[in-house]
Amino acid sequence: MTAKQSRGLGSVSEIAASVRSGEVSARSVLDKALQRVGELEGDLHCFNEVTTEKATADADAVDRMVASGADPGPLAGVPIALKDNLCTEGIPTTCSSRILAGWRPPYDATAVARLRIAGAVLVGKTNLDEFAMGSSTENSAFGPTRNPWDPTCVPGGSSGGSAAAVASGMVPLAFGTDTGGSIRQPASLCGVVGVKPTYGVVSRYGLIAFASSLDQIGPFAATVADAALGLEVVAGHDPMDSTSLDRPAPSILASLGDGVSGLRVGIVEDFLSDVSPECSAAVAAAGEALAAGGAKVEHVAIPEVLLGLPAYYVIAPAEASSNLSRYDGVRYGLRVDGPDVETMNARTRGEGFGAEVKRRIMIGTYALSAGYYDAYYGQAQKARTLLIRAFETAYRTFDVLLTPTTPSVAFPFGSKVDDPIEMYLCDLCSIPSNLAGHPAVTVPFALSPEGLPVGVQVLAPALGEALMMRVAASLEQAAPPGARGPVTP
Amino acid sequence: MSAGGTPGAGGTLSDEGTVTAYETVVGLEVHCELATTTKLFCGCRNAFGQEPNTNVCPVCLGLPGSLPVVNRRAVELALRIGTALNCRAQRSIFHRKNYFYPDMPKDYQISQYDEPINIDGWLELPDGSRVGIERAHMEEDTGKTTHVGGGGRIHEAGHSLVDYNRAGVPLVEIVSRPDIRSASQARAYVTELRSILVATGASDGRMEEGSLRVDANVSIRPAGSLEYGTRCEVKNLNSLRSLQRAIDYEVARQTALLETGERVAQETRHWNEAGGTTHALRSKEEANDYRYFPEPDLVPLVPDAELLAAAAAGVGSMPAERRRLLEQLVSGDSKAPIPARGDSSTDQVVTVVDLGLDELVAGAVAAGADPRLALARTANEAAASPEAARSLDRLAFAALLKMESSGQLSATQSKEVLAELIARGGDPAQIAARLGYEQMDAVALEAIVDDVIAANPEEWERFRDGDEKVAQFLLGQVMRATKGKANGKTVAALFAARRDA
Repeated sequence: MTAKQSRGLGSVSEIAASVRSGEVSARSVLDKALQRVGELEGDLHCFNEVTTEKATADADAVDRMVASGADPGPLAGVPIALKDNLCTEGIPTTCSSRILAGWRPPYDATAVARLRIAGAVLVGKTNLDEFAMGSSTENSAFGPTRNPWDPTCVPGGSSGGSAAAVASGMVPLAFGTDTGGSIRQPASLCGVVGVKPTYGVVSRYGLIAFASSLDQIGPFAATVADAALGLEVVAGHDPMDSTSLDRPAPSILASLGDGVSGLRVGIVEDFLSDVSPECSAAVAAAGEALAAGGAKVEHVAIPEVLLGLPAYYVIAPAEASSNLSRYDGVRYGLRVDGPDVETMNARTRGEGFGAEVKRRIMIGTYALSAGYYDAYYGQAQKARTLLIRAFETAYRTFDVLLTPTTPSVAFPFGSKVDDPIEMYLCDLCSIPSNLAGHPAVTVPFALSPEGLPVGVQVLAPALGEALMMRVAASLEQAAPPGARGPVTP
Repeated sequence: MSAGGTPGAGGTLSDEGTVTAYETVVGLEVHCELATTTKLFCGCRNAFGQEPNTNVCPVCLGLPGSLPVVNRRAVELALRIGTALNCRAQRSIFHRKNYFYPDMPKDYQISQYDEPINIDGWLELPDGSRVGIERAHMEEDTGKTTHVGGGGRIHEAGHSLVDYNRAGVPLVEIVSRPDIRSASQARAYVTELRSILVATGASDGRMEEGSLRVDANVSIRPAGSLEYGTRCEVKNLNSLRSLQRAIDYEVARQTALLETGERVAQETRHWNEAGGTTHALRSKEEANDYRYFPEPDLVPLVPDAELLAAAAAGVGSMPAERRRLLEQLVSGDSKAPIPARGDSSTDQVVTVVDLGLDELVAGAVAAGADPRLALARTANEAAASPEAARSLDRLAFAALLKMESSGQLSATQSKEVLAELIARGGDPAQIAARLGYEQMDAVALEAIVDDVIAANPEEWERFRDGDEKVAQFLLGQVMRATKGKANGKTVAALFAARRDA
């Protein structure tokens, strides 16, 4: 273990404040970020594309605004990284898939546009498991990302590139997407904070869909406060997304330091026997820390959470099988020609998609087929309803719930690739929040005996972001030093 | 050919005049493009006849990351259609219908499946028969593919061109119950439905531009049987004529199959306009499992009170009601003769209402015109250019009709003035004067009548003996001599006066 603690570029709020005041230039902040990318990218492979030229122009534009007396916004000059399934106008957006290699969207995702308006400077597009399907980035068509804490281990996934870019201090803020844990699991494995907001809080317009009813965009940062700031910028109603909630962005930062005194915290015990000792120990320690802060901490059994994984692996592939139909070689992306249109479609998809994507398209197609719909998709939706009701019941007694984020710490490359079920189990504790549409956050809280970070997860009811982040901030305070990034590998 | 007509009529007449023992059963699916300004799920223009791929955006091209947002105006028009078809509006959801086709940008179509916006209605035909409406649901249109080479079919084509301008155009699919019993009733149904759709403002009704597209589910069964036969779905019916021909063809084909002891296979068949036949699609083209599931990108559609009120207010008075009103208007006291074109006044009423010209007739009558004459001139002359006729000045039209009724203008002259009035507007008296239709001098006309009698002594004798047929000949001679300026009724009176003198 060679990872050393690092300050990275400093915090998001520090950078924005110093750029806004003119104390430092956005250009100099960017140069530091690009320098660190230059030093570490060869070892880690966080990025599919580093947008040096455009980033430089954007940083200069921020500096000109400051010079002219205008305010570039709350993320002025903050270098950010975006998962490569978020549409960026004119910049390749590939989902780490051969089928979209080189595709340049003609538009920005709503979240991306909001980040630009807030003054953020996009450094690059980060690696992911192809179409966000996976828990290790090993399913990327362009090679895996490595974990900055131990480059022989996976960074988690699917937003592994964004997690590793923040964890290695290349950027102080990154965004990913979370369908079943794709923000929280890599955040946990990389020792950073990762937030999955309430479904509908962040617009999905421009997020390349994996499973539409589960996908949410959320931030990665070294601290809870930085993640909260990032979330506040991208959140809020968007008329381009029918599932976007028609309400203003949640105010999170204001109450972040209010502590946990009097809060009722439930430790969900159903996961504890299925996770490694260091992960369950971290939850116990987190519970003690919250109790010490004045919270009332109790164990609670919610057996329905164990319905999550099987229900998810029907619903998510079903939606994916439909969402990924459009990659047919007709309009954009890869086309492999054939003598007729069906052969062209089949060859394009056969060569364009990787094994895991094909597996899920097949599972989903099967689950929606005539004669099987009720037994699979219908049944999974019923399980989803049961799970939502169980959470409702729990939240009558508790303000927030505490669980492990993942069943284990970062694992070596190749250790799970031949066993899809083993890989799917990585999302055991994170999936229920997606199915319920609830927010969840992971906070680095411990180090394993091997020196790898261990996260704990705080769950809250829909739109409970402010409370949830307050609890996360308290846990951050109580976490042992050295448990979180950035680190230098 | 079909004997047409009323539901439940057993048997159809064949060309040989023998009664076959089968009853025709037809259900129709009519796709209606909604006359919205923009598409169903994005802000692109909904317009016909533009340069290919100019009305497109990330949403209607199904680009990665794009999302649909329902057009509220389309929902309102769909609700209007439901109201006009006596349907019940309900909470509805969109589904995805999954299948691969190059003109479908997302390779799924957003449609409504088991929870459509309108259900359980009916439509009354001019003959009083009713056809049940199962549902009228919303969906998006696909793009348009042109297969180049290979006779225009996808499998033989050298290459294909796709135009996505139509992709995402809002459609309402109106599904009838299998209540239709003949090709002519099917035609009457589509004609009536088209009038209703135009009357609601939901559609421009232009079948030739694809605004209205019809698929027919056709089966036959032994007369008197309560069980339905196996049906075939016939597609590519682009006109009322195709619809009628295709149903007649299918009935004949299915009858021949059953007569020879074969079975009708349930399949989708394509109407070939040129050949006048239907053929089955390759099984591969229709062997689809659409894997419907609720569209996760959209929320349920719950029509609020405001939307329902707007829809109800927007539905104009329906053709059946308007026909009744118009019939009442003309069946009142009318002195005008029934025109000699062979149209019954019922046909004229149907035509006038269908073209939305009933208000013109009513307006003219209100201004003092003869109702039957107003109906005839509207159905026969004004109907030739309905767009312009709809904005014809009611008072000017009434003034013209009064000139004709009073004998100031002949029928021929009146039609000429009307054409001018519709084309350019103006005052009918001035137009008549400009065209030289000044009233004939009575003395001069009498002289001409006397000249005609003198020049045709044989015909005059026959007229005096009561031969009515020769009256037309004599009238014609006067008309020729006056270049059509004479009023027919005045001339007839002059001849009668000389005969009776």
